[in-house]
Amino acid sequence: MKKEKKMKLSLPEEELMNSGHLACQGCGATLAMRYVLKALGQKVALCIPACCWSVIDGPFPYSSLDVPIFHCAFETAAVSASGVKAGLEMVGDTETTVVAWAGDGGTFDIGIQALSGVAERNDDIIYVCYDNEAYMNTGIQRSSATPYGAWTTTTPVKHFKDRPKKDMEAIMAAHRIPYIATASIGYPEDLFRKTKKAKEIKGTRFLHIYAPCPTGWKSRPEDTIKLARMVVQNATFPLYEIEWGEKYTLNIKLKEKKPIADYLKIQGRFRHLTEKEIASMQEEVDKKWQRLLSLVNSK
Amino acid sequence: MKKNKQAQKIVFKSEKDVPLMPMSIGTMLHNKTGVWRNIKPVIDLDNCIQCGICWKFCPDVSIFVEDEWPVVDYVYCKGCGICAEECPTKCIAMVEEEK
Ligand SMILES: Cc1ncc(C[n+]2csc(CCOP(=O)(O)OP(=O)(O)O)c2C)c(N)n1
Ligand code: SF4
Ligand code: SF4
Ligand code: SF4
Ligand SMILES: [Mg+2]
Repeated sequence: MKKEKKMKLSLPEEELMNSGHLACQGCGATLAMRYVLKALGQKVALCIPACCWSVIDGPFPYSSLDVPIFHCAFETAAVSASGVKAGLEMVGDTETTVVAWAGDGGTFDIGIQALSGVAERNDDIIYVCYDNEAYMNTGIQRSSATPYGAWTTTTPVKHFKDRPKKDMEAIMAAHRIPYIATASIGYPEDLFRKTKKAKEIKGTRFLHIYAPCPTGWKSRPEDTIKLARMVVQNATFPLYEIEWGEKYTLNIKLKEKKPIADYLKIQGRFRHLTEKEIASMQEEVDKKWQRLLSLVNSK
Repeated sequence: MKKNKQAQKIVFKSEKDVPLMPMSIGTMLHNKTGVWRNIKPVIDLDNCIQCGICWKFCPDVSIFVEDEWPVVDYVYCKGCGICAEECPTKCIAMVEEEK
């Protein structure tokens, strides 16, 4: 051991998420929680519907988090959070940040009407969707966030998913809410900054966090961060913000847009794809990327 | 930091001890997830540049900072290998666990 310089920490050292939780090795959803809580601090109440995180946290009477959690029904994350917020206001607490914390199934599919209602009323909550691109908690079933081409237990190799991932940002933008952001656990500082920013805004704020799942994606646990970076670098999951449904800002600009093939190759869920299928998926990614660039540049 | 949080198992002696509302009253720290591991990270501090990247990316909060150096908490580390993969100087080796 040489120089006794300071350890460089790019995020606050205090942890509100503890060890001992029940997530699989290399779980991305866990890191999403760790970073978001670092940004929000202790004055937070979470509403978590059925999803991996309701298991990760631990069984009664334990929890892995040092903030209160209300475990709510699968389809009610957004509206439970609105209710908790209203209740806190009634007892004079205007400080606590209320967060709905749901998976992609709980957001893109079953929870979408509650979320739409909350967004339309512009209720004062932060809605976080950690996206592992399938129903993982119940054994890897397809959701509308599952990308085109992926294997899941309900889209077996012979009938892999043949529909594109739902464009949740566009749906949320159509509600004209004050803040929408995409983030990835591969870029913790960006996620941290966006969460801090969301905390200071009033109204419905929507954070969509890309969170690799080695168990469901048949990827190596040590590749979790790499995948979360690659997906941004190849423009499959660009990092951007939308204010009031119209002002688009791109956060990670790409000097060189990487091909998607390398990203697909290290995930078992895409192993069956042929060169031709990969080429057509690449075309789709390129088209979506151009569409996003035109939205960013239109203002 | 977590070292001073309490980590006991909670035992309800009778039904009367169980809270009326199912509330979490203890932490999962009693769940020593290190036993899940079959390979373990070993840090070679001679080549460590104290960048904090291993600390930042550990999903199990199992790398802590002690006297400005990274230390693996083997009580909880699940052996996912992320720290070794992400370390810029490749000074973390994943070695077979002896049981
Ligand atoms: C009304 C209702 N339907 C179905 C279920 C079963 N269920 C529990 S979690 C889950 C999947 C959750 O998927 P997602 O929201 O993507 O979170 P993940 O498990 O992937 O983290 C399902 C189908 C339920 N709990 N309640
Ligand atoms: S199934 Fe996936 S998201 Fe769920 S705990 Fe395991 S790695 Fe995390
Ligand atoms: S192997 Fe995984 S769990 Fe263990 S210290 Fe490294 S990143 Fe953390
Ligand atoms: S990532 Fe590697 S170089 Fe950086 S602090 Fe950890 S062990 Fe040291
Ligand atoms: Mg999911």
